[in-house]
Amino acid sequence: MNGHALVIRGGEVVDHRGRRVADVAVRAGTITAVEPGIDAGPGVRVLDASGCVVAPGLVDLHAHLREPGGEAAETVETASRAAARGGYTAVVAMPNTDPPIDSAAVARQVLELGRHALCDVGVAGAITVGRKGEQLAPMAELADLGVRLFTDDGSGVQDTRLMRRALQYSLALGITLAQHCEDASLAAGGQMHEGTWSSKLGMPGIPAEAEELMVMRDIALVRLTGAPVHFLHLSTAGSVAMVRAAKDQGLPVTAEAAPHHFTLTHAEAESFDPVYKVNPPLRTDDDVAAVKRGLADGAIDAIATDHAPHTQEAKEAPWDEAPPGMLGLETALSLALTELGLPIDAVLALMSWQPARIAGLIEHGGPVAPGRPANVTVIDPAERWTVQPERLASRARNTPYAGRPLVGRVRHTVLRGEAVVVGGEAQR
Amino acid sequence: MKHLLSVQDLGAEGVHEVMRLTDSFVEVSGRAIPRVPALRGKTVVSLFYEDSTRTRLSFETAAKRLSADTMTFSVSSSSVNKGESLRDTVETIEAMGIDAVVVRHKSSGVPWRIASWVNASVINAGDGWHQHPTQALLDCYTIRSRKGDLGGLRIAIVGDVMHSRVARSDVDAFAALGAEVLLVAPPTLLPASLEGWPVKITHSLDEVIGGLDVIYLLRIQRERMTEALLPSLREYRAVYGLTADRLRALRRDALVMHPGPMNRGVEIDAEAAEDERSVITAQVSNGVAVRMAVLYLLLGSGADLVAPPAGDQ
Amino acid sequence: MAERERTVMPPRGGIFVPKTQVMDAADLRRAVTRIAHEIVERNHGVDDVALIGLQTGGVPLAHRLHDALRTIGADQMGSRTDVPLGSLDVAFYRDDIGLRPVLPEAVTDIPFDLTGMTVVLVDDVLFTGRTVRAALNALNDYGRPLAVQLAVMIDRGHRQLPIRPDFVGKNVPTRFDEQVDVADDGVTIGEIARPQP
Repeated sequence: MNGHALVIRGGEVVDHRGRRVADVAVRAGTITAVEPGIDAGPGVRVLDASGCVVAPGLVDLHAHLREPGGEAAETVETASRAAARGGYTAVVAMPNTDPPIDSAAVARQVLELGRHALCDVGVAGAITVGRKGEQLAPMAELADLGVRLFTDDGSGVQDTRLMRRALQYSLALGITLAQHCEDASLAAGGQMHEGTWSSKLGMPGIPAEAEELMVMRDIALVRLTGAPVHFLHLSTAGSVAMVRAAKDQGLPVTAEAAPHHFTLTHAEAESFDPVYKVNPPLRTDDDVAAVKRGLADGAIDAIATDHAPHTQEAKEAPWDEAPPGMLGLETALSLALTELGLPIDAVLALMSWQPARIAGLIEHGGPVAPGRPANVTVIDPAERWTVQPERLASRARNTPYAGRPLVGRVRHTVLRGEAVVVGGEAQR
Repeated sequence: MKHLLSVQDLGAEGVHEVMRLTDSFVEVSGRAIPRVPALRGKTVVSLFYEDSTRTRLSFETAAKRLSADTMTFSVSSSSVNKGESLRDTVETIEAMGIDAVVVRHKSSGVPWRIASWVNASVINAGDGWHQHPTQALLDCYTIRSRKGDLGGLRIAIVGDVMHSRVARSDVDAFAALGAEVLLVAPPTLLPASLEGWPVKITHSLDEVIGGLDVIYLLRIQRERMTEALLPSLREYRAVYGLTADRLRALRRDALVMHPGPMNRGVEIDAEAAEDERSVITAQVSNGVAVRMAVLYLLLGSGADLVAPPAGDQ
Repeated sequence: MAERERTVMPPRGGIFVPKTQVMDAADLRRAVTRIAHEIVERNHGVDDVALIGLQTGGVPLAHRLHDALRTIGADQMGSRTDVPLGSLDVAFYRDDIGLRPVLPEAVTDIPFDLTGMTVVLVDDVLFTGRTVRAALNALNDYGRPLAVQLAVMIDRGHRQLPIRPDFVGKNVPTRFDEQVDVADDGVTIGEIARPQP
């Protein structure tokens, strides 16, 4: 085949090397040229990127794809469609499926489902069998399949000795353990953040310390073992401060934060609408400010959505019976652009190349350069839009942002050279 | 005013209006034929997910005395299908043509959710630990009938405040009427944060009991021991129970109150429950008249008692 | 009182603007005395008679009738001079509940058993008759009177129900949209002006 298969024209390329006005040409899944004034020629698709930023595709370290076992709320396919519309070219699937991803067989199943998805799907394996926190999962077997991140997400590993052993074991495999920091005994029965609102609304609370104690413990275990740890969904000022201090001491820790933890607070619970119920819970204004500061100054390395779809029926139950979790893939980038007050290259660092590095996904995160896989997203930073749950690509509708006006939106997403999202619409 | 979900829906003005109206319904209830046709043709449904014969009967009596028709759905009698979602249940009930639904549920916030799904008026008969507005109204009415205006009265609420919807509603109502509210409890039974609550706190009942106008005792549940909130009921009674000794320290003109049902020998000794200062039975009988007033206000009167939004005036 | 606008609800309240006085204070006093005599005459004394004033306008009038009956004297009235007196608020019996704000003005107080008695309902103004009809319904819930009679100071016409007064102070024809105000210093016809926004 002669000529280029796809040209992204008229945009400004932004990656970790810098910014430049340039068109991007793609053929057979690879970027072939990045320079201004590329001629398209006949039979070549042109994606208009005027006024837009052309960036490496976003990478989500933390999404619940619900397959196998929870297909009523979402499947790998529907989640990947939501991801692509949100600018993601890669997503790491969390292992709390049914059955959980604690064996090569289930990992293979999810990876296979991801092969035909609208984004690349990696998986995180469980640290313990069944995520029960009792016995180590076969991490070497899973690492052979390319799994690089391991977590019992949904729960934290409660037993300190077991966590130490898991960290030691991980050193030999070149993998990273990720922790959902929650001390189960302190958090037990809690429905929302423990504080002024939980007291007023008459709901049992989860104190900030339930998260912070495990952050503190795992930092100590990192110091003890020398193994790296990635902290999932940090939500409290105390957690952010501890991670910052640990990094200052040169410890191999990384951290992520979810968009809802820098945009919403526990005051939302006043409506008793379980769309606002999430774990870790929405916290105080001070915690939100600390998370934003952490994202700005490097204490937090990545924004990860913790995309957690649930059926309408599940989220219409009374608050204490409803499962925690919110959608995130389609709104994360816009929320980051609208609310953080950071320049776009800082936002892209948090959402593309830094998470790509943590996940070990070398084909994602850029740079946008000839020879690199064509995993790219085109973002209009000025487009105004309003979140409408019924227009989202997810099978589920549990977004807390319904009706919220946002600035910044994905126009196109290219996955390995295929234009999977054009003009904001998924192509399949 | 469409719903009564929380005392804060009424504000001070609204609470006064309910009490004024209750006077008329006390009179109605005292007649040979305790009935008025005011809500004839209206249907009031009790939807009780938590067992509570006394509150449910109180509401149903109130509705019947207003000549409304009543229907009862209680989970314990299995007329509510346990597998059916809350939303399906209420929408089915509404499709039968109802004007008001009186809801009690173990989960905080359920009445607010129901109000967002149905056109009928919603009355909160108790949601989780959160609110029990008609209890607070009948408590205010009972105090007013014995001591007049609540402004300046020293009222102590004693016991498990953390888990008590009665306490939360009473704090709102008593404070709105100008009373000085004191919470008396061990630290483990107080909410995590009392910031913004119009109350004083003490951990010593003996220190304050001599100066009280009203002592309001909350029920202590046995489960609190398994949750490591209390070492034993015996210890609780020793420090916070209204025993015969403490009864002697209480002023002659003070009132003893309890939302029921009582754990005699734990938070209140039998002697205290039967003391002449106890208005516990009056609370129950006032409950019907207060609920008649609430039903009448929501379904009959056309009057609008919504508290003005904070910031106005 | 009949159809006077309830002042409880600000949006519906209004200000009474007087136009014509039809009775002065002296006329009122004479009418009260005459009605009291008529009650005694009609009932051959007041042995089984009770007075019940309708809130709110009928209550002061019922008190004045009660005092007038006491003054007439034992020899004329038989064994009793102090007639049982009560007041009745018909809010809960009104047929327009739900159509407009209806809250009781005061608590009903009927401190006697009216079974077997002749109850004289007292109101200041008789208009459509709906208040009286509500009062008749209410009385049923207190017992079974032997008879019910109606005493009003002013009959202003425009009846919508088959109700007629037994004792009338004065017949005063009015337009439907006018108002009649009965006060201690006299009776005045006027109009309701809505408060300016």
